[in-house]
Amino acid sequence: MIAGSASAIAAAVRSGDRSAVEVLEEHLARVGRHEADIHAFNLVLEDQARAQAAAVDQAVAAGRDPGPLAGVPVALKDNLCTRGIPTTCSSRILEGWKPPYSATVVERLAGAGAVFVGKTNLDEFAMGSSTENSAFGPTANPHDLSRVPGGSSGGSAAAVAAGFAPLALGSDTGGSIRQPAALCGVVGAKPTYGLVSRYGLIAFASSLDQIGPFALDVADAALLLDVMAGPDPCDSTCLADPPPGARARLAGGVEGLRVGVVRELANAEGLAPEVQGRLDDAAASLSAAGAKVDEVSVPAAVYGLSAYYLIAPAEASSNLARYDGVRYGLRAGRAAGTGADPTDILAMYTDTRSAGFGAEVKRRIMLGTYALSAGYYDAYYGKAQQVRTLMVRDFDAAYRDFDVLLAPTAPGTAFELGAKTADPLTMYLNDVCTIPSNLVGHPAISVPFGTGADGLPLGVQVLAPALGETVMFQVAAVLEAAAPPTPASPMRGEAR
Amino acid sequence: MTVMGARITTRDVAHVARLARLRLTDEELEQYTGQLAAVLDHARDVELLDTAGVPPTAHPLPLRNVLRDDVVRPSLDRGEVLAAAPSVEAERFRVPRILGEAP
Repeated sequence: MIAGSASAIAAAVRSGDRSAVEVLEEHLARVGRHEADIHAFNLVLEDQARAQAAAVDQAVAAGRDPGPLAGVPVALKDNLCTRGIPTTCSSRILEGWKPPYSATVVERLAGAGAVFVGKTNLDEFAMGSSTENSAFGPTANPHDLSRVPGGSSGGSAAAVAAGFAPLALGSDTGGSIRQPAALCGVVGAKPTYGLVSRYGLIAFASSLDQIGPFALDVADAALLLDVMAGPDPCDSTCLADPPPGARARLAGGVEGLRVGVVRELANAEGLAPEVQGRLDDAAASLSAAGAKVDEVSVPAAVYGLSAYYLIAPAEASSNLARYDGVRYGLRAGRAAGTGADPTDILAMYTDTRSAGFGAEVKRRIMLGTYALSAGYYDAYYGKAQQVRTLMVRDFDAAYRDFDVLLAPTAPGTAFELGAKTADPLTMYLNDVCTIPSNLVGHPAISVPFGTGADGLPLGVQVLAPALGETVMFQVAAVLEAAAPPTPASPMRGEAR
Repeated sequence: MTVMGARITTRDVAHVARLARLRLTDEELEQYTGQLAAVLDHARDVELLDTAGVPPTAHPLPLRNVLRDDVVRPSLDRGEVLAAAPSVEAERFRVPRILGEAP
């Protein structure tokens, strides 16, 4: 258990050794010192967090157990609905909106004793890989303020890396938890599709989106996932069978496990040579720990990026049709300061969406609309869905010979702010190693594994078959123990 | 209908923008057309792949209809929902004129 980890905090708060209020104030003080530099949050929830922490302390004083996350500060990605608290998706179109309900995961965490520090910044509607597509400005990487934190859950990754909260929630549609986790030197996991309820997660691409944990270490990520996993009557795609525990075999080791290094992802387009080097080191460390490591081919994985950038925008174009200025959010017109009041409803839709959405969201809506439109559907969307089937078949074949698979997380370390904003395709290539898990619905976790030549963190991914969380976390724990040291950010590393 | 080799044009982009209720300036139209063309060029590998006889996967789970008992449950509070609307009249969402001359 590392100092300041969620497990350490919860244990100390439950036993009465530390108060939740004291823990919170320590984290809020760090937010106060460094948030202006980092901009991890769209909203810091100081008052509400203080009330939650005080309630946790009262429970302990009264002899009641507040739960497994007792007094643990948690940052929430700002695409998770929080009742009565602004939820923006980092978009002008939802600015100021207060949801009339909370996401199921938010309720579950509150019920487990968590304390919500704030709502974190993201690429608008979770579309991006750098958090630069936020309507409220970019987030900086705590390890180097001139670099991006990754995205789309960049605010959540930065909040954990900066020591603003030991845990955060993100959402992962094509790598939006794992890539920022790698770039910020923290642990991030995308669970099996359907393990965690999506109720209250504002939809981007419904067949790909999953909520997952950010944490300082593998054990904390498993703890957070176990708290939020499980069936939910409000999400019919949430699996009814009880999930296997992420923490069931954390200390199980890898003796005798079969680990496959995915050839197509280890050699994916645009990968920095040092990323391949770290992947080789990770494979060697698992082998030294007793795993049987071999190379494996997942041929259809090379089509992941292309298929994803047809399927995700197609689903997004449909999901984002709801932002029409009628029921909530922005309505263009004099009151909103966007110009004259539209005279009819079509003009109102068009004015509202044109003023409310940023450039990347418009790009994806148009790409998706095109991929679904008459004459192109078969060539693009239909074809991408068939590729999805090929990927499922190829991964199933790989898992006949291997328990887990190994791949890089991101093509390199964190890049400079502004370096990839001019060319969308270059930005999309960040997701080349993370996308396959979303398309097939399988879980994957990014574990920090040393640094690049620039001294910035790198991550390695463990992929597992559907509902293979137990073995995935088991292997991740061994990788973590074997990893070369990853420095803490200056903010988190500083003396309290 | 096959579209292999066809490249997205400003006319196509203007059409999808209209379908998606987005207004673009001429400059934006040019820029988006180039960017969408680059993404679609990258997708050419998928377009050219022989997938004859491969069934599509729309969703990672083999779920069919998920049913629940038809019982009355609390729903969202009407006042709270309407309070979030840009314009409300007589407990309804108020919108600009719907009928009239089409644009």
